[in-house]
Amino acid sequence: MLAEVAGLRHVFPGGRKAAPVVALDGVSATFSPGMITGVVGPDGAGKTTLLRLLAGLLRPTAGRVTVLGHDMATDAQAAHAAIGYMPQRFGLYEDLSVGENLTLFADLHALGAEVRAERIPRLLGFTGLAPFTARLAGRLSGGMKQKLGLACALLARPRLLLLDEPSVGVDPASRRELWAMVATMLAEGREQGMGVVWATAYLDEAERCGRVLLLHEGHMLAEAPPADFLAALRGRVFALAVPAARRRLAGRLAAVDPAVLDVAVEGDALRLVLRAGASPPDPVALGGSTLVAVAPRFEDGFIDRLATAPAVAPVEPKQPVRGDGPAIEVHDLVRRFGPFTAVDHVSFSVAHGEIFGLLGPNGAGKSTTFRMLCGLLRPSGGSARVAGLDLMRAPAAARARIGYMAQRFSLYGELTVGENLAFFARVYGLDRKARGVAIAQALDRFDLGEVRASVAAALPLGVKQRLALAAALLHRPDILFLDEPTSGVDPLARRAFWARIGALAEAGVTVLVTSHFMDEAEYCDRLGIISAGRLIATDTPAGLRARARGPDLPAPTLEDAFIRLVEAA
Amino acid sequence: MTPALMRLRGLLRKEILQVLRDPSSLLIAFLLPVVLLLVNGYGVSLDARHMRVAVVTQAPAADTRELIQALAASPYLAPVAASSTAEAGRLLTAGEVRGVLVLPEDFSARLMRPSRWPAPAQLLANATDPNTARILEGYVQGALLTWASGRAQEKRLLPSGGIALEHRYWFNPELRSADFIVPGMVAFVMSMVGTLLTALVVSREWERGTMESMLASPARMGEIIAARLICYFGLGMLGMAMSVLMAVLLFGVPFRGSLLVLGAATSLFLLFALALGLFISTLARSQFVAAQLAFLTTMLPALMLSGMLFDIASMPAWLQALTHVFPVRYLVSVLQTLFLAGTVWQLVLPNLAALALAALVAVGATVAVTRRRLD
Repeated sequence: MLAEVAGLRHVFPGGRKAAPVVALDGVSATFSPGMITGVVGPDGAGKTTLLRLLAGLLRPTAGRVTVLGHDMATDAQAAHAAIGYMPQRFGLYEDLSVGENLTLFADLHALGAEVRAERIPRLLGFTGLAPFTARLAGRLSGGMKQKLGLACALLARPRLLLLDEPSVGVDPASRRELWAMVATMLAEGREQGMGVVWATAYLDEAERCGRVLLLHEGHMLAEAPPADFLAALRGRVFALAVPAARRRLAGRLAAVDPAVLDVAVEGDALRLVLRAGASPPDPVALGGSTLVAVAPRFEDGFIDRLATAPAVAPVEPKQPVRGDGPAIEVHDLVRRFGPFTAVDHVSFSVAHGEIFGLLGPNGAGKSTTFRMLCGLLRPSGGSARVAGLDLMRAPAAARARIGYMAQRFSLYGELTVGENLAFFARVYGLDRKARGVAIAQALDRFDLGEVRASVAAALPLGVKQRLALAAALLHRPDILFLDEPTSGVDPLARRAFWARIGALAEAGVTVLVTSHFMDEAEYCDRLGIISAGRLIATDTPAGLRARARGPDLPAPTLEDAFIRLVEAA
Repeated sequence: MTPALMRLRGLLRKEILQVLRDPSSLLIAFLLPVVLLLVNGYGVSLDARHMRVAVVTQAPAADTRELIQALAASPYLAPVAASSTAEAGRLLTAGEVRGVLVLPEDFSARLMRPSRWPAPAQLLANATDPNTARILEGYVQGALLTWASGRAQEKRLLPSGGIALEHRYWFNPELRSADFIVPGMVAFVMSMVGTLLTALVVSREWERGTMESMLASPARMGEIIAARLICYFGLGMLGMAMSVLMAVLLFGVPFRGSLLVLGAATSLFLLFALALGLFISTLARSQFVAAQLAFLTTMLPALMLSGMLFDIASMPAWLQALTHVFPVRYLVSVLQTLFLAGTVWQLVLPNLAALALAALVAVGATVAVTRRRLD
């Protein structure tokens, strides 16, 4: 056994107004050598706290952390030589080069000259960073930084490798490479008893772990091999084929069906998870055609453990269509920053009531396109019309028709829910009467009435996100812009969020989403794939999957399709 | 090489590379002292030289012309002719002159006929700054008296003899306030630079998340602190040497003491300032808060309570007691002594001892608050 936590509880003391936060409670688990133990859970589950406790960076409020026989509360120093730790932001010195970062970690672990001469070139070759040895770490792409962080953590051949969300914010291709690299290192270190702890919010990554610790809001839901999570779900997961036009209606019907535990949109089908013991519903009654059993996924297991009713979003009032032509029309849009072209002749259009997703890795030009469409950034060339208004000529008028929800929580943490809503209502110029109505409706429709007087910063992530959406919709915009709206949110909150977005689209609101998150992409009617500033494909999720289908890949996922398209571009 | 030395070498190399790559530390170490010394050395002048005084002569005569010449001969005064009291009043209000000297119609007549009533003259001074007003009064009075007694002797109106006061100003014979301010300024600069350097550097590591990977590595806390102190000590001493050179070469302040003592005093103080910066950034963890705290804890005491600008001996007793808490006062005292008087051991030694104590306390406090943990 490599490490063990027993009866672990960690409480962060509160501030002047904030209550103390219980980050972990009642967590007991063991970490074995020779495998990757996944610490899996949505944001706020306590993953980082658990890894920091294992690294001896925090002292537990209660319980014990033992690494290689050392009690980390008193004897962390002794264990540090055998621990490789990669924090969430990689822990690299950005103004040091790749080689200098490695040398620093070699010095810190007091590696001898011979060991260095052997290991550093090997790690550089292994991570593909050899050609960039002299480049400053700050100038590396996200994927390369992550590899360098991994190389630094591996340099001293640690017995225990702790990786805190190493795959956040990097494109799917880099994510796969990273898994392959860690698997290789693990195979090499097997005889010296190496083990890996990998924290992730991507539930699909759990399936690749040897054992999974499932955390949710500081509590441990389960500790088991991933197959155990799936075993209970055999014969309970189905794909319901539905015509694209009736997808959302069918989803709504399925969600209220008593046999159904969970509904998720997946391209041209709905993915249904049935309650234990329930018999499959009639596909035609739900508005679909066929019901096919499919293999369960880890996420289904997560939802099964939480076992709540699927989210049903209230029907939204119909949004009148204003102006003719498409809701968003982008033609040959270009944005340069000096010699660098961030957005390179991008054209697409989005119809009223459509959910359109811009999908691409970080740095591909999604956010730049987004900012131009919001009128926050002036295009270098091309045109963009939003709600029939030219953004170059009438940015303010166009902005009044747009609702915007930023990726990070962009409300005022110090204000209460009610104060935040009142502030945004005033900012959007709602008069006193309209303001009162809009706020009352928002509190009601988004279930915020109970937390009305709570300070926004103290709310759980899912509630914050509801509040942000409520604020973006106060002025009843024709078009809603969402920037990675559900990254890191737990699957239940994500389902509930997208049910609302679906209801809004049904009512005629046009939705534009940017994401590097495949789960979010599935909810879109159409997707545009952006890579290196260029729009390389525009299609429905089903269409994109069809493009990647081949003899070697009979049932490609959206991620497979994405990687193929980016490689081919 | 022992593991500890190897870790220290790695940390030290990292710090040096960061300093060389990141312009902000170099700017703080070298540009900030230059700017501060230039602005304060030239800008803050307590000297009153060439004060403009409007002279209103209601009946011009040979005597009044002589008097104006005598005023002009003083290095401190610059007489300006004004045609009327009204105009002179306007000049005074507009701030173009510091004072107005009115020589009434009967000035010359009374002067010729010394009687029970001496010749009247009126001085109007702009007393918004009472100090300058008093200085002006003194200089005008002095110039008038010198002129009057010279004139009396010339005309044999007075018996010869009397008292000849011969004065010498020690330590600063030319009464240049730069000689007094600039050494203090060097202390001020070091106080700010030393603390800012480390306060920002460590909080930056917290912000960028690199501190986390340092803490999880085998590096000991003492090694991390020592590497920082060594690197920024070098940088701070270079900045200090540059400030001293500027003081001597640019501002012409004499240096009369021992360079060795200068080195000892500044080393001790720098150690204190750097440790204070580390202490602040350990507690603050964000660059913004750290910068604010660094300014608050160094700038105000250095400016107000160090004796650099304001004489500590003339402060109220409780404030004098308070100045002892801020080590910058000991450095100011040592520097002023070294620059102006030379190595006066009975002054230098107690101050050096105080500086050593301050450095010890600051380093100790930093080691005490720096724990190997995030919480």
